[in-house]
Amino acid sequence: MIDLSNVSKTFNLHNQGGAVIEVLSNVSLSVAAGECVALTGASGAGKSTLMRMIYGNYLTHSGEIRIGGVDLVQAEPRDVITLRREVLGYVSQFLRVVPRVPTLEVVAEPLRALGASVETAEARARALLSQLNISEPLWHLSPTTFSGGEQQRVNIARRFAHAYPAMLLDEPTASLDAANRDVVLTLIEEAKARGAAIIGIFHDEAARRRVCDREIDVSRFATGMAA
Amino acid sequence: MTPLLSVQGITKRYGAHIGCADVSFDLYPGEVMGIVGESGSGKSTLLNCMAGHLTPDAGEVVFDTRAEGPRDTVRMSEPERRMLSRTDWAFVHQHARDGLRMGVSAGGNVGERLMAVGARRYGDIRDKASDWLERVEIDAARIDDRPTTFSGGMQQRLQIARNLVTGPRLVFMDEPTGGLDVSVQARLLDLLRGLVRDMGLSAIIVTHDLAVVRLLADRLMVMKSGHVVEAGLTDQVLDDPQHAYSQLLVSSVLQV
Ligand SMILES: Nc1ncnc2c1ncn2[C@@H]1O[C@H](COP(=O)(O)OP(=O)(O)OP(=O)(O)O)[C@@H](O)[C@H]1O
Ligand SMILES: Nc1ncnc2c1ncn2[C@@H]1O[C@H](COP(=O)(O)OP(=O)(O)OP(=O)(O)O)[C@@H](O)[C@H]1O
Ligand SMILES: [Mg+2]
Ligand SMILES: [Mg+2]
Repeated sequence: MIDLSNVSKTFNLHNQGGAVIEVLSNVSLSVAAGECVALTGASGAGKSTLMRMIYGNYLTHSGEIRIGGVDLVQAEPRDVITLRREVLGYVSQFLRVVPRVPTLEVVAEPLRALGASVETAEARARALLSQLNISEPLWHLSPTTFSGGEQQRVNIARRFAHAYPAMLLDEPTASLDAANRDVVLTLIEEAKARGAAIIGIFHDEAARRRVCDREIDVSRFATGMAA
Repeated sequence: MTPLLSVQGITKRYGAHIGCADVSFDLYPGEVMGIVGESGSGKSTLLNCMAGHLTPDAGEVVFDTRAEGPRDTVRMSEPERRMLSRTDWAFVHQHARDGLRMGVSAGGNVGERLMAVGARRYGDIRDKASDWLERVEIDAARIDDRPTTFSGGMQQRLQIARNLVTGPRLVFMDEPTGGLDVSVQARLLDLLRGLVRDMGLSAIIVTHDLAVVRLLADRLMVMKSGHVVEAGLTDQVLDDPQHAYSQLLVSSVLQV
């Protein structure tokens, strides 16, 4: 479902003395439907960078990133937008929302974008918010003033509203208590069971052991060290 | 899919001075494109060339018309272009007073655009105007008040109602949230996003505010000295800018 071949990443910082940061070279990997793969490696190894490239958030100059038949490296912006709406869900580390929009609408929005009615989308949003223990009075407030852990759960609820065939999760369980961590891991297990291909970054070893089928150490793609 | 708007090689000079040079892109139905860049980089010039307010020195602006399919609006007759700007196009000005008739009531401002496309029955026009006032969160009881009695944010929302009442397919916006305070901006952004989604609008939005484009635009174009220096998915251009100028633009704001 997710196939990368010979993907590399270098940042050229034109305004910082033309610094060139070579982060990844020749990454090739595949994740099948129903599989969850963990990206591991030291801080700064390039885990989030790789995930952002797979989402099309960071530009990739060479190689191929295929997701359900679309090559993100060659795709036009509108193809990437369609892919993100229908196929590829990404739980970023931080929630970013339009100020003033109530939590319920924030969570319902991906389904609304797919054409679901307000009722259908909000029913699903309510179910997820309850499951993730966001108390009902908060649903009608904007999440911008929520605690870190609450914001993260809203972020997760939003991305699990639609059954994306491919998902990218950047530290989805960080800063969650044991009970909520368990809910999130259960959601991941359910997504796998329905056939989603998942790539995750989990600093929590136990979480990784529970949901991931294998690990890929991103340090092995560090430049200069590639085989 | 046919692009709704296909811009090819648009160039506009002011004497020897370049307004914008050789700009090309396609915009598809439902897409929102942002244009950012420093003051004087040619954003408004480009927008006005596309909307038919300025005649470019070179290039084409091909719009997919309902009746006849793709037509170059630069070369169509003035009455045809004026008809488009009343029906399929909308233009939201930075200063609401440039887009409103300040001596006419709020309802009149909205109704006028309906009448320009042939609406005649007073009752229908008034109902529709009052419906639109509510959609942009203006109390319908204010329908007979003049925009001069409205706050800046209300005037801007009224301008949006006036523009959208005829169900346009393409909206041009030049700094629509400029000059409004932050919480009013947020409300306007939320409103615009909802309208874009529910009406399936395409939009081109010029702004200097990167947070605004992040929330509203799917795609982004960065302009400098009349030229497009970088274009792509909005979050990609903001999070991984490639051109030296885009990097400078992104790094000079605190956090978007
Ligand atoms: N937009 C960017 N511009 C320039 N350099 C970047 C950018 N994003 C990431 N980098 C650099 O790429 C390298 C890898 O960063 P990345 O965030 O991918 O690490 P990580 O493995 O996710 O680390 P952590 O575990 O700390 O989250 C770092 O040196 C970082 O500074
Ligand atoms: N009517 C005019 N006559 C001569 N020069 C003009 C005219 N309008 C604009 N220019 C020049 O063309 C260039 C582009 O102007 P434009 O208004 O398109 O910039 P902009 O990007 O919209 O800037 P701002 O962010 O300040 O609104 C500028 O150098 C400007 O001085
Ligand atoms: Mg990281
Ligand atoms: Mg301007």
